[in-house]
Amino acid sequence: MNILGFILQKEFRQIFRDKSILAMMFVMPMVQLVILPLAMDFDVKAVSLAVIDHDHSSYSHQLINKIGSSGYFKPIHFASSYRKGLQYIQREEADIVIEIPPRFERTLIRDGTEKLGISADAINGTKAGIGSAYLTKVIADFNADLDINVQSEEALLNKPIEIAERSWYNPLALYKFNVVPAVLVLLLTLIGGFMTALNIVKEKEIGTIEQINVTPIKKWQFILGKLIPFWIIGMFIFTVGLMVSSFMYGIYPQGSLLLLYAFASIYLIALLGFGLLISTYSDNQVQAMFVAFFFMMIFMLMSGFFTSTDSMPNWARTLSNLTPVTHFVKVVRMVILKSSNFEDVKMEFIYLIGFAVLLNGWAMWNYKKTN
Amino acid sequence: MKQLLVFIRKEFYHVFRDRRTLLIMFGLPVVQIILFGFALSSEVKNVHIAVVDYANDVVSQRLIDKIKTSEYLIVEKTTMGYEGIEDEFKKGEIKSALIIPPNFGNDLYSSENIKVQIVTDGSDPNISKTVVNYLTTIINAYQQDILPKKTFPYRIIPEIRMLYNEEGSGSLNFIPGVMALILMIVCTALTSVSVVKEKEMGTMEILLVSPFKPIFVLIAKAIPYLLLSLANFTLILLLAVFLLHVEIKGNIGLLYLESILFIITCLSLGLLISNVTNSQQTALLISLMGMMLPTLIFTGFIMPLENMPKVFQGISHIVPSRWYYTIVKAVMLKGLGFSYIWKETLILFCMTIGLLSIAWKNFKIRL
Repeated sequence: MNILGFILQKEFRQIFRDKSILAMMFVMPMVQLVILPLAMDFDVKAVSLAVIDHDHSSYSHQLINKIGSSGYFKPIHFASSYRKGLQYIQREEADIVIEIPPRFERTLIRDGTEKLGISADAINGTKAGIGSAYLTKVIADFNADLDINVQSEEALLNKPIEIAERSWYNPLALYKFNVVPAVLVLLLTLIGGFMTALNIVKEKEIGTIEQINVTPIKKWQFILGKLIPFWIIGMFIFTVGLMVSSFMYGIYPQGSLLLLYAFASIYLIALLGFGLLISTYSDNQVQAMFVAFFFMMIFMLMSGFFTSTDSMPNWARTLSNLTPVTHFVKVVRMVILKSSNFEDVKMEFIYLIGFAVLLNGWAMWNYKKTN
Repeated sequence: MKQLLVFIRKEFYHVFRDRRTLLIMFGLPVVQIILFGFALSSEVKNVHIAVVDYANDVVSQRLIDKIKTSEYLIVEKTTMGYEGIEDEFKKGEIKSALIIPPNFGNDLYSSENIKVQIVTDGSDPNISKTVVNYLTTIINAYQQDILPKKTFPYRIIPEIRMLYNEEGSGSLNFIPGVMALILMIVCTALTSVSVVKEKEMGTMEILLVSPFKPIFVLIAKAIPYLLLSLANFTLILLLAVFLLHVEIKGNIGLLYLESILFIITCLSLGLLISNVTNSQQTALLISLMGMMLPTLIFTGFIMPLENMPKVFQGISHIVPSRWYYTIVKAVMLKGLGFSYIWKETLILFCMTIGLLSIAWKNFKIRL
């Protein structure tokens, strides 16, 4: 045990000596915690339009006014031809082009129906879908308001079913409630994954690992010596993160803090094992960093951090379930926002323990003391 | 000139000797573009919901059947009561519940106020908002279906066309984004260690005492990475076209020229990082860990930039991948010509010049 104490002392000194890395380790997570919740807002608020009015009649003006005052669309550009309207889309200044055909009002009164051309920039599918749904709704309202309809008796339509909507745990449907817990996970992931991966491979590259190999240190002592400091730093950062989330964003953990910490510590052990594993397979820091980066991207993009895992194809969901991050993101969101208890997240707990054992075991098995 | 060529050859040897790094450099982007190209989409699909049916009549049953046929929603449970919702939310089994009141069927035909309630798990606002939209659409369509048709005598009928993406592929937006992200991170990170590695290993001194202009050192370091990155880009493009079936609508020559420009921008950034850092570890942490998130956020392919606070929108202007993303979208997906992207090109060009000159200025010819 005494040997482990000495190793820990050495590791801590090494970590605290390099001021730039220390700064990155502490400052970057905080920057992320501040930036991400402010930046992540998926709401489709302002859809911009380009309107081409070939008719210039009283109805076409009313329609444009109605669209403009609906509050969904901003800004509205006017164009003289479809080609010019399309240019707004091409320059990304508009998301949707509306073309009011010539003799719009006359056709409407004569035939009872008239078509209205709507072209949406569908590269961003969400915006195109929601934007055109808004437009359809405004047009339906406009149809109901048309003075020739109001005068007719047939216009008495069925009242639509009233839909009362209630959003639990987040009544105002703010995105920060979704983002802040996930950022807490991100903090632990970055510390656990990147830092250990780099740390051990650096000893390899510089050659100091040879010296450790010839000393009478046991394998487990060396590995624990590498893991414990980062585990402590990780838990410290997690605590700071929780405080920032409570005091800055007003997102207090609703569930048990103990449960949250239990999960965080096991998750961190799993991730540290992962970093260790990367470093046992890499020859140099560039390799270790790239592999760590590669997995980090997969973790971030596929763990349900940004996009919902439910929407993924089956194989991708399976893959997503094979990463520890997915489970931890789920748990942190559940415990912090919904006060889920241990019974609710039991399976995730088993998963994470499994990951911790598997990754660390594999790493230790692959770390050869004589190389 | 001959000197430079010899030097470039030396750098190539260095790069090619490290097979594993090379494998990683080419292998990882390939896996990533396939993975993200297929898996990511901003669409919300397969959302598990529950229906609490207090009416339990033919009308409510048919409504539930209707919801079951939706490809976006999966009806998980229909038997539980209102009290059960909270438990299901806490277990994360369902994201939303539709509550149909008793007498729903009778009310629908007779009364004026027909109410249903949707309770959503607000911990993911994106999903809960979308589910409410889906359910609203289904419920309204259902009401139209079962009640005698009444339409306005005078109607404007919207005809909606989806430009550039008729099939409604959810991943189309992500492909140029992932391209920009991968090129940006890989190019920057690789070059970021180039100079600092020599510093760390001590070979820098040898380079500096050689009769060789310092600027050539930088050029010689950048060129192998430029060619490799270009090969990498070609690979990514081939994957996008043949595997992900993205059609290149615009001029491929233009796409290449723009990509070369973007790669040079990233290489310059990498060189700058390499010049101002003292260890590979710091250089890598800055270029990979430090830039991953800003690039991911400020390129604009995951989160809409226009929703961000003004300060962040300002910051996004200095992220090169943001401009490149716009260029790739315009050329590759929309088939537009240079006249539409000259502004973005000019910005990237100025960034490159700026980064290169700062990198050069910070390149110490004495240790």
